[in-house]
Amino acid sequence: MESNTGREKVVVAQDLTKVFDGLTAVKGISFTVERGERVGFLGPNGAGKTTTIRMLYGMSPPTTGSLSVLGLDVRDDIRDIKRRIGVVPQETNLDTDLSVRENLEVYANYFGIPKKPASERIHELLAFMQLEERADTMVDTLSGGMKRRLLLARALLNNPELLILDEPTTGLDPQARHLIWDRLKSLQEQNVTLILTTHYMDEASRLCDRIIIMDEGSIIAEGIPLDLIETHVSSEALEIRVAEGQREALQELLVPKSEYFETQQDTYVFFARAADELMQAVKDAGFEIEYALLRRSTLEDVFLKLTGRRLRD
Amino acid sequence: MKSLVKTARSISPAGVIRMWYRNWKIFRKVFWFAAAPNFLEPVIYLTALGIGLGLLVQDIEGLSYVQFLAPGLLGSTVMYASSFETTYSSFIRMKYEKTYDAVLATPLSIEDVIAGEILWGATRGYINALTFLGVIAIFGYVDSAAALLLIPLLFVFAALFAIIGMTYTALVSNINLFNYYFTLFITPLFLFSGIFFPISTLPAWAQKLALFTPLYHVVLVCRGLALGRLDQDVFTSIFITVAFTAVLFLVPITIMRNRLIK
Ligand SMILES: Nc1ncnc2c1ncn2[C@@H]1O[C@H](COP(=O)(O)OP(=O)(O)OP(=O)(O)O)[C@@H](O)[C@H]1O
Ligand SMILES: [Mg+2]
Repeated sequence: MESNTGREKVVVAQDLTKVFDGLTAVKGISFTVERGERVGFLGPNGAGKTTTIRMLYGMSPPTTGSLSVLGLDVRDDIRDIKRRIGVVPQETNLDTDLSVRENLEVYANYFGIPKKPASERIHELLAFMQLEERADTMVDTLSGGMKRRLLLARALLNNPELLILDEPTTGLDPQARHLIWDRLKSLQEQNVTLILTTHYMDEASRLCDRIIIMDEGSIIAEGIPLDLIETHVSSEALEIRVAEGQREALQELLVPKSEYFETQQDTYVFFARAADELMQAVKDAGFEIEYALLRRSTLEDVFLKLTGRRLRD
Repeated sequence: MKSLVKTARSISPAGVIRMWYRNWKIFRKVFWFAAAPNFLEPVIYLTALGIGLGLLVQDIEGLSYVQFLAPGLLGSTVMYASSFETTYSSFIRMKYEKTYDAVLATPLSIEDVIAGEILWGATRGYINALTFLGVIAIFGYVDSAAALLLIPLLFVFAALFAIIGMTYTALVSNINLFNYYFTLFITPLFLFSGIFFPISTLPAWAQKLALFTPLYHVVLVCRGLALGRLDQDVFTSIFITVAFTAVLFLVPITIMRNRLIK
Protein backbone atom coordinates (compact mmCIF):
# COMPACT_ATOMS: atom_id res chain seq x y z
CA MET A 1 0.00 0.00 0.00
CA GLU A 2 2.85 2.43 0.86
CA SER A 3 5.85 3.33 -1.26
CA ASN A 4 7.70 0.08 -0.91
CA THR A 5 11.33 0.51 0.02
CA GLY A 6 11.71 -3.11 1.04
CA ARG A 7 12.48 -2.14 4.64
CA GLU A 8 11.17 -4.23 7.49
CA LYS A 9 7.65 -3.33 8.55
CA VAL A 10 7.47 -2.52 12.24
CA VAL A 11 3.72 -1.92 12.31
CA VAL A 12 1.13 -3.32 9.93
CA ALA A 13 -2.48 -2.34 10.57
CA GLN A 14 -5.23 -3.64 8.35
CA ASP A 15 -8.87 -2.56 8.51
CA LEU A 16 -8.43 -1.74 12.16
CA THR A 17 -11.64 -0.87 13.99
CA LYS A 18 -12.32 0.07 17.59
CA VAL A 19 -15.83 0.30 18.97
CA PHE A 20 -16.50 1.52 22.54
CA ASP A 21 -20.00 0.50 23.53
CA GLY A 22 -21.74 1.97 20.52
CA LEU A 23 -19.18 4.64 19.63
CA THR A 24 -16.85 3.78 16.76
CA ALA A 25 -13.62 5.55 17.65
CA VAL A 26 -11.52 4.02 14.85
CA LYS A 27 -13.20 3.11 11.58
CA GLY A 28 -11.28 0.53 9.60
CA ILE A 29 -7.89 2.17 9.15
CA SER A 30 -4.90 0.60 7.42
CA PHE A 31 -1.31 1.80 7.62
CA THR A 32 2.24 0.53 7.87
CA VAL A 33 5.34 1.87 9.56
CA GLU A 34 8.82 0.80 8.49
CA ARG A 35 11.87 0.40 10.66
CA GLY A 36 13.60 3.69 11.39
CA GLU A 37 10.69 5.77 10.15
CA ARG A 38 9.19 8.66 12.11
CA VAL A 39 5.45 8.75 11.61
CA GLY A 40 3.17 11.42 13.02
CA PHE A 41 -0.57 11.10 13.61
CA LEU A 42 -2.42 14.39 13.33
CA GLY A 43 -6.08 15.02 13.84
CA PRO A 44 -8.60 17.11 15.77
CA ASN A 45 -9.62 16.19 19.33
CA GLY A 46 -11.44 12.88 19.35
CA ALA A 47 -10.08 11.84 15.95
CA GLY A 48 -8.99 8.47 17.34
CA LYS A 49 -5.23 9.02 17.62
CA THR A 50 -4.87 7.90 21.23
CA THR A 51 -7.18 4.97 20.62
CA THR A 52 -5.05 3.85 17.67
CA ILE A 53 -1.88 4.17 19.70
CA ARG A 54 -3.32 2.31 22.67
CA MET A 55 -4.14 -0.59 20.39
CA LEU A 56 -0.45 -0.77 19.47
CA TYR A 57 0.59 -1.61 23.00
CA GLY A 58 -2.30 -3.76 24.08
CA MET A 59 -4.20 -1.29 26.26
CA SER A 60 -7.12 -1.64 23.93
CA PRO A 61 -7.73 -4.79 21.91
CA PRO A 62 -8.89 -4.06 18.35
CA THR A 63 -12.57 -4.76 17.76
CA THR A 64 -11.91 -6.00 14.23
CA GLY A 65 -9.03 -5.99 11.79
CA SER A 66 -5.47 -7.11 12.16
CA LEU A 67 -2.57 -5.37 13.83
CA SER A 68 0.98 -6.58 14.09
CA VAL A 69 3.85 -4.86 15.83
CA LEU A 70 7.46 -5.96 15.30
CA GLY A 71 6.11 -8.91 13.38
CA LEU A 72 4.01 -10.10 16.33
CA ASP A 73 0.24 -10.10 16.64
CA VAL A 74 -1.06 -7.72 19.33
CA ARG A 75 -3.73 -10.20 20.28
CA ASP A 76 -1.37 -13.11 20.93
CA ASP A 77 2.05 -11.77 21.77
CA ILE A 78 1.50 -8.48 23.52
CA ARG A 79 3.92 -9.29 26.34
CA ASP A 80 6.76 -9.85 23.86
CA ILE A 81 5.80 -6.72 21.98
CA LYS A 82 5.84 -4.63 25.15
CA ARG A 83 9.31 -5.88 26.03
CA ARG A 84 10.63 -4.22 22.87
CA ILE A 85 8.75 -0.94 22.72
CA GLY A 86 8.67 2.26 24.77
CA VAL A 87 5.57 4.34 25.48
CA VAL A 88 5.23 7.99 26.47
CA PRO A 89 1.56 8.39 27.41
CA GLN A 90 -0.65 11.42 26.85
CA GLU A 91 -1.30 11.71 30.59
CA THR A 92 1.60 11.86 33.03
CA ASN A 93 1.67 8.78 35.22
CA LEU A 94 4.83 8.91 37.26
CA ASP A 95 5.11 7.60 40.82
CA THR A 96 4.70 10.75 42.86
CA ASP A 97 5.97 9.20 46.09
CA LEU A 98 9.31 8.45 44.48
CA SER A 99 12.28 10.47 43.32
CA VAL A 100 13.33 10.77 39.69
CA ARG A 101 15.89 8.00 40.01
CA GLU A 102 13.57 5.72 41.99
CA ASN A 103 10.91 6.12 39.32
CA LEU A 104 13.37 4.78 36.79
CA GLU A 105 14.52 1.99 39.09
CA VAL A 106 10.99 0.75 39.68
CA TYR A 107 10.23 0.93 35.99
CA ALA A 108 13.40 -0.95 35.04
CA ASN A 109 12.27 -3.66 37.42
CA TYR A 110 9.05 -4.14 35.43
CA PHE A 111 11.24 -5.08 32.49
CA GLY A 112 13.28 -7.40 34.64
CA ILE A 113 16.47 -5.45 33.99
CA PRO A 114 18.97 -6.54 36.67
CA LYS A 115 20.14 -3.92 39.20
CA LYS A 116 23.59 -3.23 37.82
CA PRO A 117 22.80 -2.75 34.12
CA ALA A 118 19.69 -0.84 35.20
CA SER A 119 21.68 1.62 37.23
CA GLU A 120 24.10 2.13 34.35
CA ARG A 121 21.26 2.68 31.94
CA ILE A 122 19.58 5.09 34.37
CA HIS A 123 22.78 7.04 34.69
CA GLU A 124 23.00 7.32 30.90
CA LEU A 125 19.39 8.34 30.49
CA LEU A 126 19.48 10.96 33.23
CA ALA A 127 22.37 12.53 31.37
CA PHE A 128 20.67 12.15 27.99
CA MET A 129 17.53 13.91 29.26
CA GLN A 130 19.49 16.46 31.32
CA LEU A 131 17.98 15.33 34.59
CA GLU A 132 21.15 14.41 36.49
CA GLU A 133 20.89 17.31 38.86
CA ARG A 134 17.32 16.37 39.69
CA ALA A 135 17.98 12.67 40.15
CA ASP A 136 17.07 12.73 43.82
CA THR A 137 14.22 15.22 43.59
CA MET A 138 10.72 14.01 44.36
CA VAL A 139 8.59 13.86 41.24
CA ASP A 140 5.83 16.09 42.70
CA THR A 141 8.12 19.07 42.68
CA LEU A 142 9.26 18.76 39.05
CA SER A 143 8.09 21.22 36.40
CA GLY A 144 5.91 19.98 33.56
CA GLY A 145 8.89 19.97 31.22
CA MET A 146 10.98 17.86 33.57
CA LYS A 147 8.14 15.39 34.06
CA ARG A 148 7.92 14.92 30.29
CA ARG A 149 11.66 14.42 30.06
CA LEU A 150 11.44 11.84 32.79
CA LEU A 151 8.60 10.07 30.98
CA LEU A 152 10.77 9.93 27.89
CA ALA A 153 13.76 8.65 29.87
CA ARG A 154 11.50 6.01 31.39
CA ALA A 155 10.25 4.90 27.98
CA LEU A 156 13.84 4.39 26.84
CA LEU A 157 14.96 2.16 29.73
CA ASN A 158 14.55 -1.06 27.77
CA ASN A 159 16.28 0.29 24.63
CA PRO A 160 13.07 0.10 22.62
CA GLU A 161 13.07 -0.59 18.89
CA LEU A 162 9.82 1.31 18.59
CA LEU A 163 8.97 4.39 20.61
CA ILE A 164 5.36 5.51 20.83
CA LEU A 165 4.68 9.07 21.99
CA ASP A 166 1.23 10.53 22.58
CA GLU A 167 1.52 14.32 22.42
CA PRO A 168 5.09 14.42 23.72
CA THR A 169 5.37 18.19 23.96
CA THR A 170 1.88 19.42 24.77
CA GLY A 171 2.02 22.18 27.36
CA LEU A 172 5.78 22.63 27.27
CA ASP A 173 7.76 25.84 26.82
CA PRO A 174 9.87 26.27 23.66
CA GLN A 175 13.10 25.30 25.41
CA ALA A 176 11.69 22.04 26.68
CA ARG A 177 10.15 21.26 23.30
CA HIS A 178 13.41 21.83 21.51
CA LEU A 179 15.25 19.58 23.92
CA ILE A 180 12.73 16.80 23.32
CA TRP A 181 12.84 17.25 19.55
CA ASP A 182 16.60 17.14 19.65
CA ARG A 183 16.58 13.92 21.65
CA LEU A 184 14.02 12.32 19.36
CA LYS A 185 16.20 13.16 16.38
CA SER A 186 19.21 11.54 17.94
CA LEU A 187 17.10 8.44 18.64
CA GLN A 188 16.26 8.24 14.99
CA GLU A 189 19.97 8.21 14.23
CA GLN A 190 20.08 5.05 16.32
CA ASN A 191 17.41 3.64 14.01
CA VAL A 192 14.65 3.72 16.63
CA THR A 193 11.25 3.84 14.94
CA LEU A 194 9.04 6.68 16.19
CA ILE A 195 5.27 6.94 16.17
CA LEU A 196 3.88 10.10 17.67
CA THR A 197 0.71 12.11 17.83
CA THR A 198 0.67 15.86 18.01
CA HIS A 199 -1.48 18.92 17.60
CA TYR A 200 1.54 21.01 16.63
CA MET A 201 2.05 21.19 12.90
CA ASP A 202 5.55 22.54 13.26
CA GLU A 203 6.42 19.56 15.42
CA ALA A 204 5.02 17.20 12.84
CA SER A 205 6.86 18.82 9.94
CA ARG A 206 10.13 18.95 11.84
CA LEU A 207 10.11 15.48 13.29
CA CYS A 208 8.18 13.26 10.96
CA ASP A 209 9.13 11.62 7.70
CA ARG A 210 5.52 10.82 7.13
CA ILE A 211 2.22 12.19 8.37
CA ILE A 212 -1.08 10.40 8.80
CA ILE A 213 -4.04 12.72 9.25
CA MET A 214 -7.06 11.26 11.00
CA ASP A 215 -10.51 12.68 11.44
CA GLU A 216 -13.52 11.05 13.07
CA GLY A 217 -11.86 7.67 13.20
CA SER A 218 -10.64 7.52 9.60
CA ILE A 219 -7.39 8.30 7.84
CA ILE A 220 -8.11 11.18 5.51
CA ALA A 221 -4.61 11.83 4.16
CA GLU A 222 -1.17 10.37 4.36
CA GLY A 223 2.25 11.23 2.99
CA ILE A 224 5.49 13.10 3.50
CA PRO A 225 4.85 16.66 4.68
CA LEU A 226 6.04 18.40 1.49
CA ASP A 227 3.94 16.14 -0.73
CA LEU A 228 0.88 16.72 1.40
CA ILE A 229 1.37 20.45 1.03
CA GLU A 230 1.91 20.17 -2.74
CA THR A 231 -1.05 17.90 -3.22
CA HIS A 232 -3.65 19.51 -1.02
CA VAL A 233 -2.82 23.19 -1.17
CA SER A 234 0.22 24.42 -3.08
CA SER A 235 3.75 25.32 -2.11
CA GLU A 236 3.17 29.04 -1.50
CA ALA A 237 0.48 31.20 0.04
CA LEU A 238 -0.58 34.81 -0.16
CA GLU A 239 -2.52 36.12 2.81
CA ILE A 240 -4.22 39.32 1.81
CA ARG A 241 -6.82 41.80 3.01
CA VAL A 242 -8.06 44.62 0.79
CA ALA A 243 -10.47 47.51 1.31
CA GLU A 244 -14.00 46.36 2.01
CA GLY A 245 -15.60 47.14 -1.35
CA GLN A 246 -12.86 45.43 -3.34
CA ARG A 247 -13.12 41.93 -1.92
CA GLU A 248 -15.27 40.41 -4.62
CA ALA A 249 -13.11 41.86 -7.35
CA LEU A 250 -10.04 40.41 -5.63
CA GLN A 251 -11.63 37.00 -5.52
CA GLU A 252 -12.52 37.23 -9.22
CA LEU A 253 -8.97 38.16 -10.05
CA LEU A 254 -7.11 35.57 -8.00
CA VAL A 255 -9.28 32.47 -7.86
CA PRO A 256 -8.49 31.45 -11.45
CA LYS A 257 -4.78 31.93 -10.78
CA SER A 258 -4.66 29.86 -7.57
CA GLU A 259 -5.01 26.19 -6.83
CA TYR A 260 -7.00 26.69 -3.67
CA PHE A 261 -8.19 29.54 -1.48
CA GLU A 262 -9.70 30.13 1.92
CA THR A 263 -11.26 32.99 3.80
CA GLN A 264 -10.47 33.73 7.42
CA GLN A 265 -12.85 36.48 8.50
CA ASP A 266 -11.94 39.43 6.24
CA THR A 267 -8.64 37.98 5.07
CA TYR A 268 -8.12 35.70 2.08
CA VAL A 269 -5.47 33.06 1.71
CA PHE A 270 -4.66 32.12 -1.89
CA PHE A 271 -2.45 29.12 -2.57
CA ALA A 272 -0.30 28.83 -5.69
CA ARG A 273 3.03 27.53 -6.89
CA ALA A 274 4.35 31.07 -7.18
CA ALA A 275 2.40 33.34 -4.87
CA ASP A 276 4.52 36.38 -5.73
CA GLU A 277 2.86 36.37 -9.15
CA LEU A 278 -0.51 36.68 -7.42
CA MET A 279 0.86 39.58 -5.42
CA GLN A 280 2.10 41.25 -8.56
CA ALA A 281 -1.31 40.84 -10.19
CA VAL A 282 -2.99 42.47 -7.19
CA LYS A 283 -0.61 45.40 -7.31
CA ASP A 284 -1.00 45.80 -11.09
CA ALA A 285 -4.76 45.89 -10.72
CA GLY A 286 -4.40 48.75 -8.23
CA PHE A 287 -6.11 47.22 -5.21
CA GLU A 288 -6.02 49.05 -1.90
CA ILE A 289 -4.03 46.56 0.17
CA GLU A 290 -4.57 46.69 3.95
CA TYR A 291 -2.46 43.68 4.76
CA ALA A 292 -0.47 41.19 2.74
CA LEU A 293 1.90 38.37 3.54
CA LEU A 294 3.73 36.04 1.20
CA ARG A 295 4.75 32.80 2.80
CA ARG A 296 5.39 29.14 2.21
CA SER A 297 2.38 26.92 2.72
CA THR A 298 2.43 24.82 5.86
CA LEU A 299 1.05 21.59 7.10
CA GLU A 300 -1.42 23.64 9.10
CA ASP A 301 -2.96 24.88 5.84
CA VAL A 302 -3.36 21.28 4.72
CA PHE A 303 -4.76 20.27 8.08
CA LEU A 304 -7.36 23.02 8.15
CA LYS A 305 -8.35 22.36 4.57
CA LEU A 306 -8.88 18.68 5.24
CA THR A 307 -10.45 18.78 8.68
CA GLY A 308 -12.28 22.11 8.48
CA ARG A 309 -12.59 24.68 11.21
CA ARG A 310 -15.45 23.17 13.14
CA LEU A 311 -14.70 22.37 16.81
CA ARG A 312 -14.92 18.64 17.55
CA ASP A 313 -15.46 18.15 21.24
CA MET B 1 -15.70 -19.53 33.52
CA LYS B 2 -13.88 -19.17 30.23
CA SER B 3 -12.69 -15.74 31.24
CA LEU B 4 -11.43 -17.04 34.60
CA VAL B 5 -9.31 -19.54 32.71
CA LYS B 6 -8.01 -16.75 30.53
CA THR B 7 -7.13 -14.82 33.70
CA ALA B 8 -5.22 -17.74 35.17
CA ARG B 9 -3.28 -18.18 31.94
CA SER B 10 -2.30 -14.53 31.73
CA ILE B 11 -0.67 -14.34 35.15
CA SER B 12 3.10 -14.52 35.20
CA PRO B 13 4.65 -15.03 38.66
CA ALA B 14 7.57 -12.75 37.82
CA GLY B 15 5.16 -10.00 36.79
CA VAL B 16 3.14 -10.36 39.99
CA ILE B 17 6.28 -10.08 42.09
CA ARG B 18 7.43 -7.00 40.19
CA MET B 19 4.14 -5.24 40.84
CA TRP B 20 4.33 -6.27 44.48
CA TYR B 21 7.88 -4.99 44.68
CA ARG B 22 6.81 -1.54 43.50
CA ASN B 23 4.41 -1.22 46.41
CA TRP B 24 6.89 -2.65 48.85
CA LYS B 25 9.51 -0.11 47.78
CA ILE B 26 7.11 2.78 48.33
CA PHE B 27 5.87 1.33 51.62
CA ARG B 28 9.41 1.21 52.99
CA LYS B 29 9.93 4.76 51.93
CA VAL B 30 6.79 6.25 53.48
CA PHE B 31 6.59 3.85 56.42
CA TRP B 32 7.30 6.22 59.29
CA PHE B 33 4.80 8.88 58.46
CA ALA B 34 2.15 6.84 56.68
CA ALA B 35 2.09 3.27 57.87
CA ALA B 36 3.49 3.15 61.38
CA PRO B 37 0.30 4.38 63.16
CA ASN B 38 -1.61 1.34 61.85
CA PHE B 39 0.39 -0.88 64.13
CA LEU B 40 -0.69 0.97 67.22
CA GLU B 41 -4.41 0.72 66.60
CA PRO B 42 -5.08 -2.84 67.83
CA VAL B 43 -2.78 -2.25 70.78
CA ILE B 44 -4.88 0.76 71.74
CA TYR B 45 -8.07 -1.28 71.48
CA LEU B 46 -6.57 -4.02 73.52
CA THR B 47 -5.46 -1.69 76.27
CA ALA B 48 -8.63 0.36 76.44
CA LEU B 49 -11.14 -2.44 76.14
CA GLY B 50 -9.25 -5.41 77.47
CA ILE B 51 -7.88 -3.76 80.51
CA GLY B 52 -10.38 -0.94 81.05
CA LEU B 53 -13.66 -2.61 80.10
CA GLY B 54 -12.29 -5.94 81.25
CA LEU B 55 -12.62 -4.79 84.87
CA LEU B 56 -16.37 -4.66 84.44
CA VAL B 57 -16.88 -7.79 82.38
CA GLN B 58 -17.14 -11.26 83.82
CA ASP B 59 -15.07 -14.12 82.43
CA ILE B 60 -16.15 -15.45 79.03
CA GLU B 61 -15.83 -19.15 78.28
CA GLY B 62 -13.45 -19.42 81.19
CA LEU B 63 -11.21 -16.61 79.89
CA SER B 64 -10.56 -13.17 81.31
CA TYR B 65 -11.93 -10.49 78.98
CA VAL B 66 -8.51 -9.45 77.76
CA GLN B 67 -7.58 -13.07 76.98
CA PHE B 68 -10.81 -13.41 75.04
CA LEU B 69 -10.35 -10.14 73.22
CA ALA B 70 -6.68 -10.32 72.21
CA PRO B 71 -6.86 -13.13 69.60
CA GLY B 72 -10.12 -11.69 68.27
CA LEU B 73 -8.42 -8.39 67.53
CA LEU B 74 -5.86 -10.32 65.54
CA GLY B 75 -8.67 -11.08 63.11
CA SER B 76 -9.71 -7.45 62.74
CA THR B 77 -6.10 -6.36 62.32
CA VAL B 78 -5.78 -8.62 59.31
CA MET B 79 -9.06 -7.38 57.93
CA TYR B 80 -8.49 -3.64 58.22
CA ALA B 81 -4.98 -3.36 56.87
CA SER B 82 -5.65 -5.48 53.79
CA SER B 83 -9.05 -3.95 53.15
CA PHE B 84 -7.70 -0.41 53.15
CA GLU B 85 -4.91 -1.37 50.83
CA THR B 86 -7.02 -2.91 48.07
CA THR B 87 -9.85 -0.36 48.35
CA TYR B 88 -8.71 3.22 48.90
CA SER B 89 -5.06 2.73 48.07
CA SER B 90 -5.58 0.62 44.97
CA PHE B 91 -8.35 2.88 43.73
CA ILE B 92 -6.10 5.92 44.08
CA ARG B 93 -3.35 4.16 42.18
CA MET B 94 -5.77 3.10 39.45
CA LYS B 95 -7.80 6.25 39.04
CA TYR B 96 -5.75 9.21 40.21
CA GLU B 97 -2.11 8.25 39.97
CA LYS B 98 -2.64 6.19 36.80
CA THR B 99 -0.10 3.71 38.07
CA TYR B 100 -1.81 0.84 36.29
CA ASP B 101 -1.62 2.65 32.96
CA ALA B 102 2.09 3.17 33.48
CA VAL B 103 2.73 -0.44 34.36
CA LEU B 104 0.57 -1.77 31.55
CA ALA B 105 2.92 -0.22 29.02
CA THR B 106 5.62 -2.62 30.29
CA PRO B 107 5.67 -6.40 29.85
CA LEU B 108 3.35 -6.83 32.83
CA SER B 109 -0.21 -7.85 32.02
CA ILE B 110 -3.30 -6.43 33.70
CA GLU B 111 -3.61 -9.80 35.46
CA ASP B 112 -0.08 -9.42 36.86
CA VAL B 113 -0.88 -5.92 38.06
CA ILE B 114 -4.05 -6.83 39.93
CA ALA B 115 -2.64 -10.08 41.31
CA GLY B 116 0.38 -8.08 42.50
CA GLU B 117 -1.92 -5.55 44.15
CA ILE B 118 -3.80 -8.32 45.94
CA LEU B 119 -0.56 -9.93 47.01
CA TRP B 120 0.57 -6.58 48.32
CA GLY B 121 -2.72 -5.92 50.14
CA ALA B 122 -2.33 -9.33 51.74
CA THR B 123 1.23 -8.48 52.71
CA ARG B 124 0.12 -5.27 54.42
CA GLY B 125 -2.48 -7.12 56.47
CA TYR B 126 0.02 -9.85 57.20
CA ILE B 127 2.74 -7.48 58.41
CA ASN B 128 0.31 -5.81 60.81
CA ALA B 129 -1.14 -9.08 62.01
CA LEU B 130 2.23 -10.71 62.63
CA THR B 131 3.32 -7.68 64.60
CA PHE B 132 0.18 -7.80 66.69
CA LEU B 133 0.55 -11.56 67.17
CA GLY B 134 4.05 -10.86 68.53
CA VAL B 135 2.69 -8.20 70.87
CA ILE B 136 -0.02 -10.40 72.34
CA ALA B 137 2.39 -13.32 72.63
CA ILE B 138 4.77 -11.16 74.65
CA PHE B 139 1.92 -10.13 76.93
CA GLY B 140 1.12 -13.79 77.43
CA TYR B 141 -2.21 -13.93 75.63
CA VAL B 142 -1.07 -16.75 73.36
CA ASP B 143 -0.68 -20.04 75.14
CA SER B 144 -0.48 -22.83 72.63
CA ALA B 145 2.05 -24.11 70.14
CA ALA B 146 -0.89 -24.41 67.74
CA ALA B 147 -0.56 -20.65 67.33
CA LEU B 148 2.40 -21.37 65.05
CA LEU B 149 -0.18 -22.45 62.46
CA LEU B 150 -1.34 -18.84 62.43
CA ILE B 151 1.91 -17.82 60.80
CA PRO B 152 0.85 -19.19 57.39
CA LEU B 153 -2.89 -18.83 57.99
CA LEU B 154 -2.80 -15.12 58.76
CA PHE B 155 -1.44 -14.61 55.28
CA VAL B 156 -4.38 -16.49 53.78
CA PHE B 157 -6.83 -14.43 55.84
CA ALA B 158 -5.14 -11.23 54.73
CA ALA B 159 -5.36 -12.39 51.13
CA LEU B 160 -9.06 -13.15 51.56
CA PHE B 161 -9.84 -9.60 52.67
CA ALA B 162 -7.55 -8.16 50.00
CA ILE B 163 -9.49 -10.13 47.38
CA ILE B 164 -12.90 -9.05 48.68
CA GLY B 165 -11.74 -5.42 48.79
CA MET B 166 -10.34 -5.58 45.27
CA THR B 167 -13.60 -7.06 44.00
CA TYR B 168 -15.48 -4.06 45.37
CA THR B 169 -12.86 -1.70 43.94
CA ALA B 170 -13.23 -3.30 40.52
CA LEU B 171 -16.94 -2.52 40.59
CA VAL B 172 -17.09 1.07 41.83
CA SER B 173 -16.46 4.23 39.88
CA ASN B 174 -16.19 6.79 42.68
CA ILE B 175 -13.94 6.90 45.70
CA ASN B 176 -16.78 8.00 48.00
CA LEU B 177 -18.44 4.64 47.52
CA PHE B 178 -15.81 3.10 49.79
CA ASN B 179 -17.60 4.73 52.69
CA TYR B 180 -20.39 2.24 52.11
CA TYR B 181 -17.96 -0.63 52.02
CA PHE B 182 -16.55 0.27 55.39
CA THR B 183 -19.75 1.41 57.08
CA LEU B 184 -22.05 -1.30 55.83
CA PHE B 185 -19.66 -4.21 55.50
CA ILE B 186 -16.38 -3.90 57.40
CA THR B 187 -17.69 -2.20 60.55
CA PRO B 188 -20.57 -4.66 61.14
CA LEU B 189 -18.10 -7.50 60.60
CA PHE B 190 -15.81 -5.90 63.15
CA LEU B 191 -18.58 -5.64 65.72
CA PHE B 192 -20.52 -8.87 65.18
CA SER B 193 -17.93 -11.52 64.39
CA GLY B 194 -17.23 -12.56 67.93
CA ILE B 195 -14.29 -10.28 68.62
CA PHE B 196 -15.85 -8.37 71.52
CA PHE B 197 -18.46 -10.88 72.69
CA PRO B 198 -19.37 -14.45 71.76
CA ILE B 199 -21.92 -14.52 68.97
CA SER B 200 -23.93 -17.02 71.02
CA THR B 201 -25.35 -13.91 72.73
CA LEU B 202 -26.91 -12.83 69.41
CA PRO B 203 -30.37 -13.92 68.19
CA ALA B 204 -30.40 -17.19 66.27
CA TRP B 205 -30.83 -15.57 62.84
CA ALA B 206 -27.84 -13.35 63.45
CA GLN B 207 -25.74 -16.31 64.45
CA LYS B 208 -26.70 -18.03 61.19
CA LEU B 209 -25.82 -14.94 59.22
CA ALA B 210 -22.41 -14.75 60.87
CA LEU B 211 -21.58 -18.18 59.48
CA PHE B 212 -21.67 -16.63 56.02
CA THR B 213 -19.26 -13.81 56.80
CA PRO B 214 -15.48 -14.09 56.52
CA LEU B 215 -14.40 -12.41 59.74
CA TYR B 216 -16.42 -14.80 61.89
CA HIS B 217 -14.36 -17.73 60.63
CA VAL B 218 -11.11 -15.81 60.85
CA VAL B 219 -11.73 -14.83 64.48
CA LEU B 220 -12.77 -18.36 65.34
CA VAL B 221 -9.52 -19.74 63.94
CA CYS B 222 -7.36 -17.05 65.53
CA ARG B 223 -8.87 -17.65 68.95
CA GLY B 224 -8.86 -21.43 68.65
CA LEU B 225 -5.22 -21.62 67.61
CA ALA B 226 -3.96 -18.91 69.98
CA LEU B 227 -5.56 -20.60 72.94
CA GLY B 228 -5.09 -24.18 71.82
CA ARG B 229 -8.82 -24.93 71.78
CA LEU B 230 -8.81 -27.08 68.70
CA ASP B 231 -12.32 -28.28 68.11
CA GLN B 232 -13.99 -29.36 64.90
CA ASP B 233 -15.21 -25.80 64.19
CA VAL B 234 -11.68 -24.50 63.99
CA PHE B 235 -10.77 -26.95 61.26
CA THR B 236 -14.00 -26.34 59.38
CA SER B 237 -13.33 -22.62 59.44
CA ILE B 238 -9.74 -23.10 58.26
CA PHE B 239 -11.05 -25.11 55.36
CA ILE B 240 -13.71 -22.55 54.49
CA THR B 241 -11.35 -19.56 54.54
CA VAL B 242 -8.63 -21.29 52.55
CA ALA B 243 -11.13 -22.58 49.99
CA PHE B 244 -12.80 -19.20 49.53
CA THR B 245 -9.48 -17.45 49.15
CA ALA B 246 -8.43 -19.85 46.42
CA VAL B 247 -11.77 -19.76 44.62
CA LEU B 248 -12.27 -15.98 44.72
CA PHE B 249 -8.73 -15.01 43.76
CA LEU B 250 -9.34 -14.83 40.02
CA VAL B 251 -12.65 -12.98 40.29
CA PRO B 252 -11.49 -9.38 40.94
CA ILE B 253 -8.67 -9.84 38.45
CA THR B 254 -11.13 -10.81 35.76
CA ILE B 255 -13.50 -7.95 36.54
CA MET B 256 -10.62 -5.49 36.52
CA ARG B 257 -9.40 -6.73 33.15
CA ASN B 258 -12.83 -6.24 31.66
CA ARG B 259 -12.96 -2.78 33.15
CA LEU B 260 -9.52 -1.50 32.22
CA ILE B 261 -8.65 -3.19 28.95
CA LYS B 262 -11.20 -1.69 26.60
N1 LIG C 1 -12.32 4.10 27.03
C1 LIG C 1 -13.18 4.74 26.24
N2 LIG C 1 -14.52 4.51 26.36
C2 LIG C 1 -15.41 5.14 25.57
N3 LIG C 1 -15.07 6.01 24.60
C3 LIG C 1 -13.77 6.29 24.44
C4 LIG C 1 -12.76 5.67 25.24
N4 LIG C 1 -11.56 6.14 24.84
C5 LIG C 1 -11.81 7.01 23.83
N5 LIG C 1 -13.13 7.11 23.59
C6 LIG C 1 -13.76 7.94 22.54
O1 LIG C 1 -13.14 7.64 21.31
C7 LIG C 1 -12.99 8.81 20.52
C8 LIG C 1 -11.55 8.96 20.12
O2 LIG C 1 -10.79 9.33 21.25
P1 LIG C 1 -9.21 9.46 21.25
O3 LIG C 1 -8.80 9.68 22.64
O4 LIG C 1 -8.63 8.32 20.52
O5 LIG C 1 -9.00 10.79 20.41
P2 LIG C 1 -7.67 11.61 20.15
O6 LIG C 1 -7.53 11.71 18.67
O7 LIG C 1 -6.54 11.04 20.90
O8 LIG C 1 -8.07 13.03 20.74
P3 LIG C 1 -7.18 14.13 21.54
O9 LIG C 1 -6.50 14.91 20.49
O10 LIG C 1 -8.22 14.95 22.22
O11 LIG C 1 -6.26 13.41 22.47
C9 LIG C 1 -13.53 9.96 21.36
O12 LIG C 1 -14.85 10.21 20.95
C10 LIG C 1 -13.50 9.42 22.76
O13 LIG C 1 -14.50 10.02 23.54
MG1 LIG D 1 -5.32 11.70 22.43
